[in-house]
Amino acid sequence: MQEFSVLIGGRAGEGINKASAILNHLMARLGRYVYMYYDYPSLIRGGHNFAVVRSAGRPVWTHRDRVDVILALDQKTVDQHLSELAEGGVVVYDTSAVKQAEGIGVDLDAIVREEKAPVITRNSGLVGAFCRVAGIPWEVVDGVFREEVPPKYLDANLRVVRRAWDAVEERGRIERGPMKPLPVLTGNEAIALGLVKGGLDAYIAYPMTPTSNILHFLAGFAGSSALTVVHPESEIAVILMALGAAAAGKRAAVGTSGGGFCLMTEALSLAGQAELPVAIVLGQRPGPSTGLPTYSCQTELLFARHAGQGEFPRLVVAPADADEAYLWSARALDLAWRFQVPAIVLADKTLCEGGYSCSFDPATEVVAPPEPPGDVPRDPYLRYRVTANGVSPMLSIGTPGAVVKVNSYEHDEAGITIEDPETTVAMQEKRLRKGAALAEALAAYETVAVYGGTDARVGVVSWGSTVGAVREAAAGLPVRVIQPIVLEPFPVEAFRRAVDGLDRVVVVEENQTGQLEQLMRVHGFSAGARVHRFDGRPFTVEEMAARLAEVV
Amino acid sequence: MESKDLITSAANTWCPGCGNFAIEHALKDVVAGLVADGTPLEKIVLVTGIGCHGKMADYLGVNSFYAIHGRTLPVATGLKLANPDLTVLACAGDGDCYGEGLEHLLFAAKRNVDVTLLVHDNRVYGLTTGQYTPTSPLGFSGRSTPQGTPEYPFNPVELMIAAGATWVGRGYSRRLSQLRELIRAAVGHRGFSFLEVFQVCATFYNQTKYYDDHVYDLEAETFPTSDPGAALDAAREWDYSRESRIPLGQFYEAIYPTLEERLAEQRAKETDPVGVMQRLMAERT
Repeated sequence: MQEFSVLIGGRAGEGINKASAILNHLMARLGRYVYMYYDYPSLIRGGHNFAVVRSAGRPVWTHRDRVDVILALDQKTVDQHLSELAEGGVVVYDTSAVKQAEGIGVDLDAIVREEKAPVITRNSGLVGAFCRVAGIPWEVVDGVFREEVPPKYLDANLRVVRRAWDAVEERGRIERGPMKPLPVLTGNEAIALGLVKGGLDAYIAYPMTPTSNILHFLAGFAGSSALTVVHPESEIAVILMALGAAAAGKRAAVGTSGGGFCLMTEALSLAGQAELPVAIVLGQRPGPSTGLPTYSCQTELLFARHAGQGEFPRLVVAPADADEAYLWSARALDLAWRFQVPAIVLADKTLCEGGYSCSFDPATEVVAPPEPPGDVPRDPYLRYRVTANGVSPMLSIGTPGAVVKVNSYEHDEAGITIEDPETTVAMQEKRLRKGAALAEALAAYETVAVYGGTDARVGVVSWGSTVGAVREAAAGLPVRVIQPIVLEPFPVEAFRRAVDGLDRVVVVEENQTGQLEQLMRVHGFSAGARVHRFDGRPFTVEEMAARLAEVV
Repeated sequence: MESKDLITSAANTWCPGCGNFAIEHALKDVVAGLVADGTPLEKIVLVTGIGCHGKMADYLGVNSFYAIHGRTLPVATGLKLANPDLTVLACAGDGDCYGEGLEHLLFAAKRNVDVTLLVHDNRVYGLTTGQYTPTSPLGFSGRSTPQGTPEYPFNPVELMIAAGATWVGRGYSRRLSQLRELIRAAVGHRGFSFLEVFQVCATFYNQTKYYDDHVYDLEAETFPTSDPGAALDAAREWDYSRESRIPLGQFYEAIYPTLEERLAEQRAKETDPVGVMQRLMAERT
């Protein structure tokens, strides 16, 4: 079936994000798989925001160079994106704001004024005009708006949508897709739901793009669940509150980006030493420093792997799309608790704020059921008892009959500070044994995903959201796509199996220095070529295909 | 339980004459009293920072979280939010709590989380061998300021009243019975309790004579502890630098809902996260 891409653009504050959510929903309702790319500068009013909603009869993970329809709320959208309009494509625009354009104009100013509707409803009006042009039945449009718009604003929105709908004519008909409609979630929402699935009791975060929407989403979620959501004074307070909660037996997660993660690293090391579980969502955006705060990159792999003083085990996972983000966020929180380690969900802006059709079912179990600590001696209770796999039976502060001593200093089994060399070695070795045990437990999961190319001689290795573009561009090429989902502990055996039989490996990453490639090299895997991008923008299908063609 | 049972077998490494011994003594008596009055020992937890004061975590046989420098209060807040049944005590140092972690102190007061904070204020960095802290007097000659510190100190009592702490007091390690009573009252207060304690540092800044000559007690019967104006006036009587009388005792108390109480009101009772997720996904389909 035919793919279809629509771009909607306007100034910040004109409701581009909401309009794209409605477009996602409309395409999903038509039984199509959806991907949404959202692009915005770091400002609140003005500037240029745009979103591309691409849909097809098969899963899609990135946008294309060309779009079939441009929806313009301002002149800049036309000026900047007209060159991206596919042959036979059409521009639908607001004649009150766009003075120079060819296509289908609607006077949204007049409609909004005559309907006495808020100015912000221009975005809905433009979507309404688009729906008529694209031949989407009115019942579908009406139904989606009723679900997306809060009751308080629904009437005004629907009046504007209908007026714009009536003002234009049908130009064609978007095909209905083969599937039963799937929900479209952003990566952030999928991460949030995954954490909830992993047993989340508390989410603690300081706002920072691109993960702020996890905080907003879960704060809303907390209104209808027992979840506690806190927004404290800084990322330092964030992670220490989470560790305090963990010591009292509550599953906590935090979310941030690179700068906030810098502030968290001292307490990350505390989590390593004190053996406190915590899940950390690290949404990457380009640095150094404030960098490009609303764009995407993959520059924190080595940082995530090495952050914090001292040597201690940790989990780092990098999901590629919303389904994986859900699954691995649940597992990250679960594994953090099973092995009493920090677990990092390494996401990126493209994944966090992109929209994806999701097929996970929240009722399906995705982690091993928790093992009760059993009969743990309490007189005295040894919080850091030395065991074969390094994992000490954990009782939380508040457990009857137990005195629990959590300690950031090197300590003995009871948690009392020590400095002698023998205990120091025993405790350091005990903690690192947990890393080996974690790696063993991970072997039960698909830690390295492999797509196609059973007989291929060339492999394309990538990670995080970039994998989607690689998979799309590689379709039809004689290559095997390989995605390490778990990056620490690096799944050496699974990766070895994945590259088995290949003559040559190409590594694709959104950074300049080839961080995954460096990590592969540490484990004895070399790359024959590489594709890097570090301008903050994700690869389109065509860009990826062109870059792969140079090296495959 | 006898209070001597609350001391662990960890070897004590405070200097002879350190004010921390008195604070330890008072704390253990208060904990023993709480247990005698029916608080299960497992519901009591002590959070400490890093510095001489922090060793309290090793020495007291109670639940403890020996945290990192400056970060006692966010840990204490996390513990309290996770389990509001806990009685959460935090011991911090002056460098720890007024320097490295000052923002957490202000926010703990602002939030009114039900935690009792004791600041062991010796007005010098002891464990790092003698540098000025935020409460050292102007001109303090320490290892990082051999010509004398060019900064005025904070007045933490004034600061805490201004920041919204709902219980504020000041004690002295050489006034043990008063200190014990102040800790007891601070723990008994529902909300954020701030207790500044002059802890004599026998090695790097021994102010014993100065304190002995200058301290006096706010009259427990007559001082209007519910009046923030009177509390601020009393707090300003001594600014931690100039020569003046120094009041000890309880300065202020006010009763407001705590952070955890307000959060509990907002939280839904429903505990079916899968159901909530399914409804949410259906709305998006």
